[in-house]
Amino acid sequence: MIALLGTVMLSGTALAAAPAPTAPAPATASAAPAQEQDGIDVSGTLRNQAGDPLPAVTIVAERDGTPVAEATSQADGRWQLSVPAAGSYTFRLDESTLPPGTEVLQGETTREVSDGSLNTVVFRFGEEVEGSGGAGFVTVLRLLVDGIRFGLVIGISAIGLSLIFGTTGLTNFAHGEMVTIGAVVAWYINVAGGVQLIPATIMAMVVGALLGAANELGIWRRLRRRGAGLIAQLVVSIGLSIALRYLVLIFFGGRSESFTDYTAQTVRDYGPIALTDKDLSAIVIAIVVLVAVALLLQKTRIGKAMRAVADNRDLAASSGINVDRVILFVWMLGGALATLGGVLFALSELSSTVQYEMGFRLLLLMFAGVILGGLGTAYGALLGCLIVGILVQLSTLVLPLDLKYLGGLAVLIVILVFRPQGLLGSRARIG
Amino acid sequence: MIDFGQLLTVGISQLIGPSAIFFALLALGLNIHFGYTGLLNFGQIGFALVGAYGMGISVANYGAPLWLGVLIGMACGVVMALVLGIPTLRLRADYLAIVTIAASEILRLVTRSTSQTEFTGGTQGLTGFGDSFAALNPFTQPSYTILGLEIRGPDLWAILMGWTVVALCVLLTWLLVRSPWGRVIKAIREDEDAARALGKNVFAYKMQALALGGVFGALGGIVLALATQSLTPDFYSPPQTFFAYAALILGGAGRVLGPVIGAMLFWFLLSVADAFLRQATAGENPLLPFISSQDVGAIRFVLVGLFLGLMMVFRPQGIFGRRREVLGDGR
Repeated sequence: MIALLGTVMLSGTALAAAPAPTAPAPATASAAPAQEQDGIDVSGTLRNQAGDPLPAVTIVAERDGTPVAEATSQADGRWQLSVPAAGSYTFRLDESTLPPGTEVLQGETTREVSDGSLNTVVFRFGEEVEGSGGAGFVTVLRLLVDGIRFGLVIGISAIGLSLIFGTTGLTNFAHGEMVTIGAVVAWYINVAGGVQLIPATIMAMVVGALLGAANELGIWRRLRRRGAGLIAQLVVSIGLSIALRYLVLIFFGGRSESFTDYTAQTVRDYGPIALTDKDLSAIVIAIVVLVAVALLLQKTRIGKAMRAVADNRDLAASSGINVDRVILFVWMLGGALATLGGVLFALSELSSTVQYEMGFRLLLLMFAGVILGGLGTAYGALLGCLIVGILVQLSTLVLPLDLKYLGGLAVLIVILVFRPQGLLGSRARIG
Repeated sequence: MIDFGQLLTVGISQLIGPSAIFFALLALGLNIHFGYTGLLNFGQIGFALVGAYGMGISVANYGAPLWLGVLIGMACGVVMALVLGIPTLRLRADYLAIVTIAASEILRLVTRSTSQTEFTGGTQGLTGFGDSFAALNPFTQPSYTILGLEIRGPDLWAILMGWTVVALCVLLTWLLVRSPWGRVIKAIREDEDAARALGKNVFAYKMQALALGGVFGALGGIVLALATQSLTPDFYSPPQTFFAYAALILGGAGRVLGPVIGAMLFWFLLSVADAFLRQATAGENPLLPFISSQDVGAIRFVLVGLFLGLMMVFRPQGIFGRRREVLGDGR
């Protein structure tokens, strides 16, 4: 079971190792730009099931059964080799060079190597899951806990999305990039700045709040003043999303980069459930923050103002609420929570690594959760995200791991057929 | 230092190349959706994927003749429109946008999944579906020179067939938007409630428009797969839809020829910018030393994203559009 958890996380990395979407094929009509490279780099990092790097291991690349390149991993587990041309290669670990006692789950993998994109190869270590029929209930229980954890992470990230929709009517497709940028900023402060991850995350949340404010002041407030319609705003937000995602790719790179803290932890048993400390902390932090947000919405002046603006903007304005200030606050709150969600997502689902596409992947699940719960409602969003998280994890019982997000997205279409306003939404919003 | 001749050759070849054909067809479909009916389809690349894989799987795996494969690919576009349209077309515009972008990502994940390898070829993609298309090629010489451009025989065949499909789609669009059907969908774009008050079945018209534009997108996928003889899932990633949007908005949404001219111009500009950046970042003493040559592919996406946002704010009618016909108001 422990190994299954490990596989779930590792498969997150395997997904990320997919080549960045390559641009359409260049001109076939005439001279394509001359290729002047003498080889294509392929790289990866070897870590065993405990997360420790594996040095001095030999990796061989073969094409049609003949070895074409070879590399040896360095002290930090990194390895790099260069193959002569694009095409399909088989990468194999030389298991005789592994440290004794290392269990190999997948030591051979065949991949398409392409030019102009990052080529990363992942090998998997750990024990094979033992398929014991009697463990059904325990497996379901553990997946349920994983699902609750994942759902809470989606929920934390999605509150901003839902509140921004509630107060301004904007479906912000760039919200996923707030998650990514938050996690990337936390990574820079943590790795480059040498700050421990917890204070680094708090600093990154401040940056995230400022980023949210910059978003509102620089773009959306101006667009509303210009009288831009909903559809124009949607197109602007998706353009912004693509531009930001690929800016992150340029400055941060296409690799999965890991935090310096909490990369590998041992699993503790809590009755039938086994959790690492960071998974447990992710659950606790998420619950505490969500309760705090609920209290903010229910008890404070600004929280009441936020709900009033979401309910009826004109009425709120005429009863003396400064709507622009409330919306600015919503953006800052959303930015800070998206940052926290990004760090928790990286820690609990992506084996403590940060990737440039993580936000977009989370965005689609956020949409599924928010719509399932009811667009524009804070509590509905949370409920919907929990259900989506649980569905995603439970679906691994029947679906292959690389399709685990499918269930969460399929629920989106199903709920729109049967109850388009969502579980807790009101009918008035959807027409 | 910068070889402008090469920039121009690359650009001109892109004006007519398979990419321009592909995005012209995608944008023609989006023009029916967004330009005429006001539907926000953010998953047009998914329609291209089902078209291409519908054709590829039926021809490569089941040995169907090419014409049947093309019909199956187009039918897949209609089915996808029905599946996505039925739940969302009665709701606000953003629901369709969310569901279509999610569907295009689901389709990509499913086609590249290792569990589907024997069916879709996994990440390696499908091969062997284009033999009968290549066999029909009448241009048997290895290369032809047309207006100073050297074009390989198979490419000339693919380009000719591709532009024929584009021309037929343009003709169909032109006939349809001048018909009573076209006036109804434009009325829906301007004011859905007014169209409904006149007794029009708005849902049915939107559904027909979604299916028609989806078939154009599916044709785009089929043509590109045949022209490049390759079919891999990761090409069909969600940002590609917005290349088509950028082309559509550049040319002018809601005009018959807008998407075609937009796609040609867009690929011309994009490939010239691309080639310029590659030249400027390569070599001993690069003009732009702060950009590495690996980043050029990513810069293209950044430029397209910014371009899309800025056009939508400052010139939503593009080059040829009419401002009052552009959908901008909330609904």
